[in-house]
Amino acid sequence: MSKIDMDEKHKKLKAGLEYIGIDKIDGPLIFIRKTHPVGYRELVQCIDAQGNTRLGLVLDTSADIVCVQVFEGTSGLTMPDTHVRFMGEPLKFGVSGKMLGRVFNGLGQPIDNGPLPVAEAELDVNGMPVNPTAREYPRDFIQTGISAIDGMNTLIRGQKLPIFSGNGLPHNELAAQIARQAKIKGGKTNFAVVFAAMGVKNDVARFFVKSFEETGVLDNVALFLSLADDPSIERIITPRTALTLAEHLAFNKDMHVLVIMTDVSNYCESLREISTIRGEIPSRKGYPGYLYSDLAELYERSGMIKGFSGSITQLPILTMPNDDISHPIPDLTGYITEGQIVFDREMYSRNIYPPVAGLPSLSRLMKDGIGEGMTREDHPHLASQLFAAYSYVKDVRNLASVIGEEELTPLDHQYMEFGEALERTFVSQKMNEDRTIEETLDKGWQCLNILPREELHRVTDEEIEKYYGR
Amino acid sequence: MKERIIGQVKRVNGPVIEAMGITDAMMLELVKVAESRLIGEIIKLEGQNAVIQVYEDTTGVCPGDNIYGSGMPLSVELGPGLIGTIYDGIQRPLEDIYKISGHFIEKGIQVSSLNREKKWNFVPEDIKLGSPINGGAIIGSVQETDSINHKILVPLGLSGVIKSISPKGEYLVTDTVAVIETRDGDKNITMLQNWHIRKPRPIKERLPLNIPLITGQRVIDTLFPIAKGGTVAIPGGFGTGKTMTQHAIAKWCDADLIVYIGCGERGNEMTDVLNEFPNLIDPRTGKSIMERTVLIANTSNMPVSAREASIYTGVTIAEYFRDMGYHVAVMADSTSRWAEALRELSGRMEEMPAEEGFPAYLPTKIAEFYERAGYMKTLCDKDGSVTLIGAVSPPGGDFSEPVTQHTKRFVRCFWGLDRQLANARHYPAISWHNSYTEYLYDVIPWWEQHAGPTWADDRAFMMELLQKEVRLQQVVKLVGPDALPDSQKFIIETCTMFKNAFLQQNAFDNIDRYSTVEKQMRMLEIILTYYKRGAETIKRGVTLVTLKQMSVYQDIIKMKFNVPNEDLNLLDKLMAKLERAMDKVESVYVKN
Repeated sequence: MSKIDMDEKHKKLKAGLEYIGIDKIDGPLIFIRKTHPVGYRELVQCIDAQGNTRLGLVLDTSADIVCVQVFEGTSGLTMPDTHVRFMGEPLKFGVSGKMLGRVFNGLGQPIDNGPLPVAEAELDVNGMPVNPTAREYPRDFIQTGISAIDGMNTLIRGQKLPIFSGNGLPHNELAAQIARQAKIKGGKTNFAVVFAAMGVKNDVARFFVKSFEETGVLDNVALFLSLADDPSIERIITPRTALTLAEHLAFNKDMHVLVIMTDVSNYCESLREISTIRGEIPSRKGYPGYLYSDLAELYERSGMIKGFSGSITQLPILTMPNDDISHPIPDLTGYITEGQIVFDREMYSRNIYPPVAGLPSLSRLMKDGIGEGMTREDHPHLASQLFAAYSYVKDVRNLASVIGEEELTPLDHQYMEFGEALERTFVSQKMNEDRTIEETLDKGWQCLNILPREELHRVTDEEIEKYYGR
Repeated sequence: MKERIIGQVKRVNGPVIEAMGITDAMMLELVKVAESRLIGEIIKLEGQNAVIQVYEDTTGVCPGDNIYGSGMPLSVELGPGLIGTIYDGIQRPLEDIYKISGHFIEKGIQVSSLNREKKWNFVPEDIKLGSPINGGAIIGSVQETDSINHKILVPLGLSGVIKSISPKGEYLVTDTVAVIETRDGDKNITMLQNWHIRKPRPIKERLPLNIPLITGQRVIDTLFPIAKGGTVAIPGGFGTGKTMTQHAIAKWCDADLIVYIGCGERGNEMTDVLNEFPNLIDPRTGKSIMERTVLIANTSNMPVSAREASIYTGVTIAEYFRDMGYHVAVMADSTSRWAEALRELSGRMEEMPAEEGFPAYLPTKIAEFYERAGYMKTLCDKDGSVTLIGAVSPPGGDFSEPVTQHTKRFVRCFWGLDRQLANARHYPAISWHNSYTEYLYDVIPWWEQHAGPTWADDRAFMMELLQKEVRLQQVVKLVGPDALPDSQKFIIETCTMFKNAFLQQNAFDNIDRYSTVEKQMRMLEIILTYYKRGAETIKRGVTLVTLKQMSVYQDIIKMKFNVPNEDLNLLDKLMAKLERAMDKVESVYVKN
């Protein structure tokens, strides 16, 4: 046996070695001196004086001192009586298809009084990056039955499309409606929802459970709840646990998985908390410099892979602090995700549901998933025309607020009317209203009918012939 | 060189590792860490300690693990087989990784950058044996793809007399194709060579930049042209179309070769390129665009330090092709992610930060990168160029942040993307207000020769109209459009037409996706004629409504879709129709 093999063997033997007593506790972090060589990101079990086990992860390791973050928090730990056991392997999560219909905490332990499902596979919660050459480019249209999304910001299977919302806006209602109504045109699918709650209120979690129950899909839903009163540090692992299960369902069980993560802002707050305690150099607004990479590790765990029929579609929800879209959390998210659905408080107060702001919302994968054979041949041009006209409406409204509506030209009046119609009949719908894509597109044309034909630069003459003025 | 143990791990903090017991190591040496052989680079040496930046996930690395030195700096392999391949940030071919580790990228995978089993048809250059030869000279060539004839260069730094050269035939990249007798003995030359990624490849001299890089995008070529060998930054918030603009340029620009670096961006975007490029035909060569493209993908979820290296890997490959006499365009999407990787590594090394946590050496690094562009006389006496096109992703779309500001200091062309335009789905959303180019006066002679003698004047006239429009729009915002006289309203009208008919370009339309130089020039002439004649008729009392109701108006708006690049006669006809229509309107009013 060579020396190197000996070393490796030695390492394995030391796995599971337990130390009594810790040297420093600082927030969710504990520090232990003089250990055997401990691996970076190794799993740690931390046993308190009462004999309860908490899980942790090695954040920094050196010959002298090891820094461990404890997911369940450090409250109640004492320096001399705490036992720390290094497990010699990264944090793994035993996943199973039986997890659908169950409720777990952020670390994947059942909290619905049921037994822990027998694991079908033990997977590293951090996942691994998908090889770009192995990805299948997503192009299957998902009909959500919501016009503002289907018509203008189409959701594609395998996409990551966040909802940028604000406190008090109906993002939960919209996410629940999408989870209820989402379907592939003409196809029967093996559908599952993985729901990750990070620091959300108990009421919000109950709202989702109730909504899944009422529609009878609860058996296809796995919930991971790390609520507002759970230790904030647990939120860091919650989305990773949830996505590990999603990957198992999608790529080992051929399911189409919709992952709803709410609220990403809380997740980022927890990251900032740890970063500050560790004394790292902050970048914008005190968030760590690696926030972008960290969020990318979550968001990029979506999509489709060649040779697998399953997919992961992500619908992260984040509340923009003070409705500021340039805040680091929505900003960095927007740079990673494939578009965004932005909520507008002013529209909501005018009683428009869903209050999807027309112009800043965007779906980047839309271009390849709509049109002839997928939705309808007029869809790409119609969407482009609606955006162009609506953008002009915004200009006209600004003008009207200065010079008064009476002073507008007749054409501008028509645009004002168009804008109102678009918001009231196209965007606005009921919380249980499920429109087909054809209904959505026809409603779009009805709005365009208000405008004179010469104003429609982005649709072709044939499309005008077929749909305009009917 | 043989692998040797140079020290042990002392501390692990993310991708940064501190090492101890270092006796024999050099700065920037390529090292492998632990038994899983993670690739890293020494970035700091201090006594017996060193700091190593690791290009892979360091989960599981323990203090005390061995560090293996390779004896050479982090380098790229250069030779036939680069084109059409997709690499990660440290030049490992992703398709080979896929074959080994499946759809996830495992760590510690060792694969060679260039295919060692493929045979290439080597054609020797006609060189007299015994004649002196230096690094950078051409000793033969390989037809790598239909578009690119790969010249085999003598490795840089080697000089002597040529002793033998292999005959035409099939060779592996590692086979000897020539022998050069140097002062240190005979050296076997293969088709494969290495170059340190952080060191610019030498050239004979820099030449002035006066040939534009034609991108086929009208707003760029006509309003803000860039020269071959130039540098440009494309800043824009998310969703303003940085990547779409980069893709459009990569597809249609008249460079011989494209190096596309996806640095810290989305995985699906690279997949999109991989799906789309092989099916697109380069209008100049008639061959697939993939046959002139090298891809480097280091997506946002791949290790952060490899993101830092990917930019250098890309530009080194570009320089290698430049040295053969090719014009290469490098797209770096996005340089902000690269700067953030620098920041993250700097933070982990506990360096003192400057603005917003970025290290104080950020501007130096940016300058070093952009200075690798240029139009050069190569060592083999050919003309070649590297054009650098870097996307910048400013947080919150705020151009006053450090990366945008420092980049502005070192690039000569700036295409600012505008949120308002993007919201109105006006693509490319390059703002005509805050963009600029310093290459304008350099490329005017070329344009006047190739497009028409009035190009510079026409362009200046249009820019001036756009400026006037801004002021008029401010008035409109205050008092409404009715307060303006028809002559001024007509300026707004013309600018709207120019934006819709000219600046806006549909990347997905088969005709509109790119425009030749001639088409751009003709379109500009038509719009200016419309304005000049129209302004004249308004002076005579014609109303704006009459002008707008002319049927030719719709034809002008749709000319970008209706006139293919190959059939510009249609634009002559349109011009004639416009003149006739104006004559008609004028004659009615002259009679009155």
